[in-house]
Amino acid sequence: MSILINKDTKVICQGITGEQGTFHTRQMVAYGTNMVGGVTPGKGGTDVDGIPVFNTAKEAVDATGADATVIYVPAAFAADAIMEAVDAGIELVICITEGIPVLDMVKVKKFMLGKSARLVGPNCPGVITPDACKIGIMPGHIHKAGHVGVVSRSGTLTYEAVDQLTRLGIGQSTCVGIGGDPINGTNFIDVLTLFEADPDTKAVIMIGEIGGTAEEEAAEYIKQNFSKPVVGYIAGVAAPKGKRMGHAGAIIAGGKGTAAEKMKAMEDAGIKVTNTPADIGKAMAELLESAG
Amino acid sequence: MNIHEYQGKQLLSKFNVPVPKSQVAFSVDEAHEASKDFITDDGGICVVKAQIHAGGRGKAGGVKLAKTRDEVSEIARELLGKVLVTHQTGAEGKEIKKVLIEEGCDIDREFYISLVVDRASDTVAIMASTEGGMEIEEVAEKTPEKILREYIDPATGVVPFQGRKIAFALGLDKPQIGKCVKFIDSLYKAFVASDCAMLEINPLVLTKGGDLIALDAKVAFDDNAMFRHKDLQELRDLDEEDPKEVEASRYDLNYVSLDGSIGCMVNGAGLAMATMDIIQLYGASPANFLDVGGGATKEQVVAAFKILSSDTRVKAILVNIFGGIMRCDIIAEGIIAAATEVGMKVPLVVRLQGTNADEGRKLLADSGLDIVTAEQMDEAAEKAVAAIA
Repeated sequence: MSILINKDTKVICQGITGEQGTFHTRQMVAYGTNMVGGVTPGKGGTDVDGIPVFNTAKEAVDATGADATVIYVPAAFAADAIMEAVDAGIELVICITEGIPVLDMVKVKKFMLGKSARLVGPNCPGVITPDACKIGIMPGHIHKAGHVGVVSRSGTLTYEAVDQLTRLGIGQSTCVGIGGDPINGTNFIDVLTLFEADPDTKAVIMIGEIGGTAEEEAAEYIKQNFSKPVVGYIAGVAAPKGKRMGHAGAIIAGGKGTAAEKMKAMEDAGIKVTNTPADIGKAMAELLESAG
Repeated sequence: MNIHEYQGKQLLSKFNVPVPKSQVAFSVDEAHEASKDFITDDGGICVVKAQIHAGGRGKAGGVKLAKTRDEVSEIARELLGKVLVTHQTGAEGKEIKKVLIEEGCDIDREFYISLVVDRASDTVAIMASTEGGMEIEEVAEKTPEKILREYIDPATGVVPFQGRKIAFALGLDKPQIGKCVKFIDSLYKAFVASDCAMLEINPLVLTKGGDLIALDAKVAFDDNAMFRHKDLQELRDLDEEDPKEVEASRYDLNYVSLDGSIGCMVNGAGLAMATMDIIQLYGASPANFLDVGGGATKEQVVAAFKILSSDTRVKAILVNIFGGIMRCDIIAEGIIAAATEVGMKVPLVVRLQGTNADEGRKLLADSGLDIVTAEQMDEAAEKAVAAIA
């Protein structure tokens, strides 16, 4: 078991003929992901390594029955691609693209209201269920199938945590990168809700960073509704106020969104918070041991 | 991207937001000349305002009133070239290179209006308050009930009733209600059309003549949207930015200057922040945030290395790479090339982990360069901190 994706998930790639799209489609196929098609307007009828390319997402869905899409189109056109996928009835839309204008995302969120599709990202590494399905840009080989769920706003920092887990022999159920943008699709609480319902996820690692209040809200949710043990880490303790730290959403604005506030909220919710990124795996190992 | 007050006002006036008449001046002569429209033999009054990218100018002595044209020159002479220290500039302050000469106005009341992209509601939020001239964070802290928030549906834009709600909340009288609705609508249109991240009018004033005017304008754009605003890109003032940050932006590097002594080079924003944190945890301070991105090229690594090496505060450099799709051996080659080209002035600690990490570490060991390697983050931080002890 896992959340969001598994070995049966049928995936298309929007932007499949672009450099990034082709490269990562090949990586995903090599990992075992069931890639059933791609979309590039104007290149319908062609193929990438035998994977059929369609002009529109609707055509791709009609022909392949795809239930997930991964988006690698450039930032200027990414919001359009997300809305096209939602309109085509794809249930899971994973957008890797970084640098989408925030007002484009305001429109996307409005467009998605009342529709059942789920968006993961943008500006995220994607989602992976180890040994079953990889949708995104993460290095597959550092993962190991198992029972710890991972949810994070960061890319490489997530790889760091996963690598630590795997080295300690601890496998992962599903790892979800929710992205570093101020306005995104799936949030911490959405993923935690899925992990709570997944019998195969025994514990969760939650990696946040400065900016916004998503971690505080997630901590409150965990306090009220979450029964599984959680290890938490927040990046940006040393970050100054008012400066954007790489991710568009990583900024302490008006004194709000500091690492200290988030860590406190998480500790108050009973989360085991590590203050060093080098100990995320170790903290989980200790937690699993004490839980028996 | 931030812009100056005078640029913000020019932008707003294109969208029919009422602003006072004003003229920017780069010299005392220009300031004197500009004041002729506002001060005549019949009287008049002028405000001379320092143009720097920071708030708190008034309290720091960067905004002054003049009643004669000679006074305008005098104030301009005093301000131009002066380093202004406000609570937002940091102790080093900012040099004033231009002043805005603005027509004075008779203020009846002052208000606060701002627009931001609100991450909690996924839309643009307008905040309005009767507490004009005060810092909104302070108002939010002490008297949160004095802030009215309206959330704008991107499909409709500002609906007139929202403008009326704000007008009545500000205590405006009947003749001003329509003006306020129009003002808010124009602000929102300017915000959306220019892809703003933040637009703050503090204060918005009601003049004794009954007009609503934006007396100040603080505008920040969404960097992600600047590709579709070539005209707005030209408003960037490199004098207002850290030279190292300007250099880094030329190579698409995410760099933020800090005041510690360990320079860092990391792939990925989250890992870069975590690297700063672990340096602090081991008792030293990071000199910068630097994310070279997921697909860093050799040119970017060399540029990043040059920026770190040219920083005299940097006493050691810590490179922390988690190789994903990007292989560690490729990164190692970039580091060797950069260290050879730029020269190693301070101890260099390199931590490589992930794809092809062993091959990468072997390349570094065989390079003949005096590079300290590490396998894990805590080990790397410990070694970097030890290097400056």
